[in-house]
Amino acid sequence: MSTPAAQAAPRIRRAQRRAWEKVGERLIEVLIHVCGVSAILFVFGIFLFVLREGAGFLFHGLSLKQFLFSTAWYPTSQSNVRYGVLALIVGTFSVTVMAMAIAVPFGLGAAVFVSEFCGKKTREWVKIVIELLAAIPSVVWGFIGLSVMNPLIQRVFHTPIGLNVFNGALLLALMSVPIIVSIGEDALKAVPDSFREAALALGATRWQTVYRVLLPAAKNGLLAAVLLGVGRAIGETMAVLMATGHAVNIPHSPFDPVRTLTATIAAELGEASVGSDHYQVLFIIGILLFSITFVVNLTADLVVKGIRKR
Amino acid sequence: MNRSILLLLAIPLALAGACKKKTETGEPGAAPAKKKAIQNIGSDTMSNLAQAWAEEYGKVNPAMSIEVSGGGTGQGVAALINGTADIANASRKLEPEELAKAKAAHGTEPTEYMVGYDALSIYVHKSNPLNEISLEDLGEIYREGGKISSWADLGVKSIPGAQDNKIVRVSRQNNSGTYHYFRELVVGKKNDYKAGSLDMNGSKDVVELVSKTPTAIGYSGMGYKTGDVKVLKVTKKKGEPAVEPSIASTLDKSYPISRPLFMYTPGAPSPEVKAYIDWVLSPAGQKVLEHTGYVPLQAK
Repeated sequence: MSTPAAQAAPRIRRAQRRAWEKVGERLIEVLIHVCGVSAILFVFGIFLFVLREGAGFLFHGLSLKQFLFSTAWYPTSQSNVRYGVLALIVGTFSVTVMAMAIAVPFGLGAAVFVSEFCGKKTREWVKIVIELLAAIPSVVWGFIGLSVMNPLIQRVFHTPIGLNVFNGALLLALMSVPIIVSIGEDALKAVPDSFREAALALGATRWQTVYRVLLPAAKNGLLAAVLLGVGRAIGETMAVLMATGHAVNIPHSPFDPVRTLTATIAAELGEASVGSDHYQVLFIIGILLFSITFVVNLTADLVVKGIRKR
Repeated sequence: MNRSILLLLAIPLALAGACKKKTETGEPGAAPAKKKAIQNIGSDTMSNLAQAWAEEYGKVNPAMSIEVSGGGTGQGVAALINGTADIANASRKLEPEELAKAKAAHGTEPTEYMVGYDALSIYVHKSNPLNEISLEDLGEIYREGGKISSWADLGVKSIPGAQDNKIVRVSRQNNSGTYHYFRELVVGKKNDYKAGSLDMNGSKDVVELVSKTPTAIGYSGMGYKTGDVKVLKVTKKKGEPAVEPSIASTLDKSYPISRPLFMYTPGAPSPEVKAYIDWVLSPAGQKVLEHTGYVPLQAK
């Protein structure tokens, strides 16, 4: 047997990447890194911008006690200027909580249906219709709330006004459901089939599989879906501006009109002259909204971590 | 793989080169001369009126285009101070602080032109049996700490179609000149509105909401009346005869809730703006006020 490689006449060149391929590869990696980091940078940048605009009044002159605990919102008063946003905070929360109470069962239910119980053809149609819901602009939703839901609620629930928490919550639920369904369905699809097969092998019914196996397995993704829905609901401006009645009021029933933080900023920022106290207070409301969203996301993350540890 | 990447890169380069060549040879034909524009921003109450004026003026002087936008008197004032408006519409007089800010921004105080009057009508639902109301009662309804909160306090036992008797107050958002004017005249400048009123975005929204809500009361410009609402007669003091809002009652000052409408320019107006305002103050411009439901500066 003659010696193999040592005798090979032509020298074997080791396979190597060309130089420019290596550089190109590094470049693209760096670019992707930058894109990923830029998301964090943008969020910080926005927060810093909002903080800078409101900081002057926040640290010199704003009475935080009055701001957070008083319901009197009179920024343009000629005699007694008061910046109390408690009624607005309660407004935002009541509309969001009610919207989620409606949207989460429907949204998660729809996600489970589309992912587990649906035939292939129905799935296509349902997904298209749900995505259409997401494509409706929020000002159109507001208009629907103002002209269609208003008299409907008055007639069905016998309330004096149809522009209230319930109206706003219904619209927000309709806006959040597509988000919850899309992301929830992705989360459920991501659960490996081996889970389903194992449950089947143990003799579980379809509902038992969903309830005992799939939902717990997909809970991170489902929580993310719900959180994005909550984020949409808290941040929604035009629809709630038109449909909640825009009244500074602590609601005593779901049929009372309220005003949200976002609607206040939208309605009043245009006329507040740049740099004035009113202008800065509106930016402080922006900081408040940021913090609320941050706290909601943080608690949810901690809850998920807690569940995971168990 | 390399070749296809090179090709992909070549296409946009070629396109860029081709585009460059086109611009070098020049545009095909000159673009039509741009219309000169006047920016007219501000009062929502005056927005219908300003739009009607802009359209009429377009027939008188086609070379000039008046761009009207609303947003409320407050928005107009802010635009005046920031320099983005040539004319600011205001349904109230400017406050001394606002005049000072404008002076600081432009060097001179804004020039004020009174261009007409507007009567603030008090609207209630069509099926509301009430026909008239006094200024004092209106104040008690809308003022913070006011004592009237139910229709029974005004003598209305029940409203057909309503479930309860609580007064639903419809108001405007606090950037509105109408809001400021109503506060000055009815609520009291040193007081504030009662919290819990439904603060609508525009004059038309107030009337629409009142037309759909049996227990509602609201205030808006006389020109926004529709067939679906009822206008209350107003008495200055209880016991005096109640007056209906109209052009005649506004001009002879018998209707108590009427206010002048203003246009402000930052300092002395440019010749085009002055020409426009002169036209607005002329009989042709004043006629537009009557057609849109407002009140001209003087009777015909």
